[in-house]
Amino acid sequence: MTPAKEKYQSRTEILQGTLDMLILQVLHWGPRHGYALSKVILTNSGEILKVDTGSLYPALHRLERKGWIAAEWKASELGPRLRIYRLTKSGRKQLVVERSRWAQVTEAIEGILNPAKQETES
Amino acid sequence: MRFLFRWRKRRNEELNEEIQGHLELAARENMESGLPPKDAQTAARHEFGSVALAEEVTRDMWGGRWFADLLQDVRYGLRMLRKSPGFTTVAVLTLALGMGATLAIFAFVDAALIKPLPYEDPNRLVGVTESIAMFPRANLSYPDYLDWKRLNSVFSSMDVWTGTGFLLVTPSGTQTALGARVSDGFFRTLGITPKLGRNFVSGEDLLAAPRTVMLSYEGWQKWFGGRTDVLGQAITLSGDSYTIIGVLPRDFQFAPRAEAEFWTTLHASGSCDLKRSCHTLDGIARLRDGISVPRALADMKSIAAQLEKEYPDSNRGQGASVMPLSDVIVGDIRPILLVLLGGAALLLLIACVNVSSLLLVRSEIRKREIAVRHALGASSRRLVRQFVTEGLLLVAIGSTLGLLSAQWAMQLLMRLIPAGLMAGMPFLQGLGLNFHVLSFACGVSLLAAAVFSFTPVSRLSLSEMREGLTEGGRGSAGTLWRRFSSNLVVVELATAMVLLVGAGLLGKSFYRLLHVNIGFRPDHLALVYVVAPEARYGKDEQAVALARQVVSRISNLPGVKSVGIASRVPLSGNGNTDWIRFVGRSYHGEHNEVNQRNVSSAYFTTLQAKLLRGRYFVDTEDALKPNVAIINQKLARVYFPGEDPIGKRIGDDDLTPKSVKEIIGIVDDINEGSLDSDVLPTVYYPFNQTPDTFFGVVVRTSQAEQSMFSTLDTTIHQIDPDIGVGGQSIMTQRIDDSQSAYLHRSSAWLVGAFATLALLLGVLGLYGVIAYSVSQRTREIGVRMALGAQRKSVYQLILGEAARLIGAGIVVGLVCSVAAARLVRGMLFGVQPGDIPTLAAVAAVLAVSALVASYIPARRAMSVDPAVALRYE
Repeated sequence: MTPAKEKYQSRTEILQGTLDMLILQVLHWGPRHGYALSKVILTNSGEILKVDTGSLYPALHRLERKGWIAAEWKASELGPRLRIYRLTKSGRKQLVVERSRWAQVTEAIEGILNPAKQETES
Repeated sequence: MRFLFRWRKRRNEELNEEIQGHLELAARENMESGLPPKDAQTAARHEFGSVALAEEVTRDMWGGRWFADLLQDVRYGLRMLRKSPGFTTVAVLTLALGMGATLAIFAFVDAALIKPLPYEDPNRLVGVTESIAMFPRANLSYPDYLDWKRLNSVFSSMDVWTGTGFLLVTPSGTQTALGARVSDGFFRTLGITPKLGRNFVSGEDLLAAPRTVMLSYEGWQKWFGGRTDVLGQAITLSGDSYTIIGVLPRDFQFAPRAEAEFWTTLHASGSCDLKRSCHTLDGIARLRDGISVPRALADMKSIAAQLEKEYPDSNRGQGASVMPLSDVIVGDIRPILLVLLGGAALLLLIACVNVSSLLLVRSEIRKREIAVRHALGASSRRLVRQFVTEGLLLVAIGSTLGLLSAQWAMQLLMRLIPAGLMAGMPFLQGLGLNFHVLSFACGVSLLAAAVFSFTPVSRLSLSEMREGLTEGGRGSAGTLWRRFSSNLVVVELATAMVLLVGAGLLGKSFYRLLHVNIGFRPDHLALVYVVAPEARYGKDEQAVALARQVVSRISNLPGVKSVGIASRVPLSGNGNTDWIRFVGRSYHGEHNEVNQRNVSSAYFTTLQAKLLRGRYFVDTEDALKPNVAIINQKLARVYFPGEDPIGKRIGDDDLTPKSVKEIIGIVDDINEGSLDSDVLPTVYYPFNQTPDTFFGVVVRTSQAEQSMFSTLDTTIHQIDPDIGVGGQSIMTQRIDDSQSAYLHRSSAWLVGAFATLALLLGVLGLYGVIAYSVSQRTREIGVRMALGAQRKSVYQLILGEAARLIGAGIVVGLVCSVAAARLVRGMLFGVQPGDIPTLAAVAAVLAVSALVASYIPARRAMSVDPAVALRYE
């Protein structure tokens, strides 16, 4: 049991940062349930980013626990009740933080991938 | 707890619903893109992956994972405990025993010593009395009290009280009731406000003030049925009319006079109250802010010294005593309670050590299991947690049982306290598992849990865990463990020894106490006291006539052998003293203080006391005859060394002619105080020459004492229905129930019980260690025997190991016991802390029982079959 948990944590460490950010970003556009969320990420990424459902629901519940998103049961015209997530105020703040961090990371990675360009400029 | 379960269950259902919704939406979309319904659903599920895994990982996000783990640990722990019922039963019972004893005793300690007295700011209250060479805490005289109150600068208030009895005329005849006379500020000094009516006001204790009375709550219920219209009502107490002005609160208690129902003011008057040399009062006072007890004592001593100079006749040698009021009230029982708490704590220590070594054995046995679990991926932290949980479980079960048994033990102990003593300890009422006791229980449990978790955890080191798998730890791993648990056994044996010695010494003290020479035959003695109304019997000849009538009427009753009268019966306390002076000797104003008892002619023969010289009084010796006196042997020894006291004359300080008496007899010492008090010099005067309206009647019966009381009551009331009769008691019972006997008896029995249990646990511990050692060494023993070792030498090997442990335990125990016995020296009677016979007997008992316990495993070792042993494993 314990090793399983550890393994999971190490696996999601890379994913976690981006998945959280993506969820927050999508919810920033409007409240959605889990399936729609994964759908949006898939379509908007040009069918590249496929969200593993084994990560999606833990992430949703974790973000909910942190208070960045809130959930509500809503009846749908399709049949079953759906759990609709929406962004909270502190979630909005968190999204800003995550985005700026992401910008830093991509910039840093860019710096490593294209060092020559920087040297020639200086 | 249940809430948490329900919450989790609901969330689980919701999570499931959420995922089902996801799957349904996905399936619907697949269907829209043209898949048949069945395939659409399968595809959606396939796309989703493992629902169970997603659910489990999601559940982890909720927090409370620790809780699920805890539940798992608890379940696993319970299963482990159930799987070894022997270990669990012994460990839990041992713990419950130790906890139960400690908690029950602690409840008493809490009620008596920790809980503050039920007064306002009780830490500032002190008991104030005079002090003389004979009694460190004597009584105050009224004039001294007035001077002390006026001259001191250390008390914000000072008041006095004295016990008294009242005759109460009721429709069902005259009855006696206990009461107290207090100075006007008594209740204000304590900080008590009446439940009904008003407090005494300033000046209300003076003779000129109208007589008023306050009722205790019990008295109000008993005599007036709790009616609120009693206020302002007039009642007659011992012939005087009093107005009821108040009722004391229900929770009011004053242990020194716990049974007083009528509280009146002093109204000092008469020959005693106004005399500086007549000491009848007890003082209480409230310290001023910033004044310490020693400071107050110093101040009172200087005032006493000043009065001594001013009134040398009456105040010579009259010092002062100031001590915290709590010391006055619980000072007597503090040492015994602390000793008992110490004994119980030692028992708990043994119990914990015992359970610890049991856990050690288990951790040895479980080494393999632990190694396997570790190899399978359990982290050390998780394993440690498992052990902690098991320790906590053990402690939780043990403590719960301990609390239950403590509750039971408390009730039992309370029932064993004689009623008379109980009345004097109102602070014990409502004894139970209160907040203090429960907190204490929690503290002890946590400590025990810490020890029990630490013990096996200390054995968990990674290297050993790996070693455990190979099961190679037969040789070296056991040694370290054996040394550690051997030390534990030595601790157990030494502790048991301390308790046994304590029990031995206390038991011997109790035996000595019961066999102390009291100077008379206590069996078949019935006692009552008589209070006659002052108005009808106040004159000397009236009192004498009454006494004669009482004696002659009771003597004629069937079943009565003889009857005596005394101002105070034996074993009812020293005091009621007189200052005597010897005719024909130089005198420098010293106070020769002696007990004074006024007794009838048949008193000594009724008690079957021993006349050493001279003669007893005769009934005709009254005011018309020359004054005579009988002295006890102690007085003869102290004041007439090398002289014959018979024919010598004694008198009061001034040798007033009518006070001079001739000594006509010497009687062997009768114990007037208590079983464990010293005999004081005592003078006996004929009752007929010093009569009183209050006297004790001592009846030697030929039948059961109890059957006499109703006849005695009717017989005395036949003389005059207005006479009060009270204090019915049986001498042997008085002795049994007396405070000294009770304290010695209960301490001897309780410490004895603790010691027996400690011995049992200690011996069990030793047995465990030896048995384990034998089981570990089976192979070694087999090899030895295969190589030709005799059975006898194997036997010696095992018993030798046991003997070393026992020896060490006894030596350590001896040293500790002598030290411990010195601490309780004050509780010993007629036996020294280093009593050799006790020490020797205890060492022998311990050695024999411990050897017997180690003999059993040694025998098993002896019967090892080498062939089997070598094939073993």
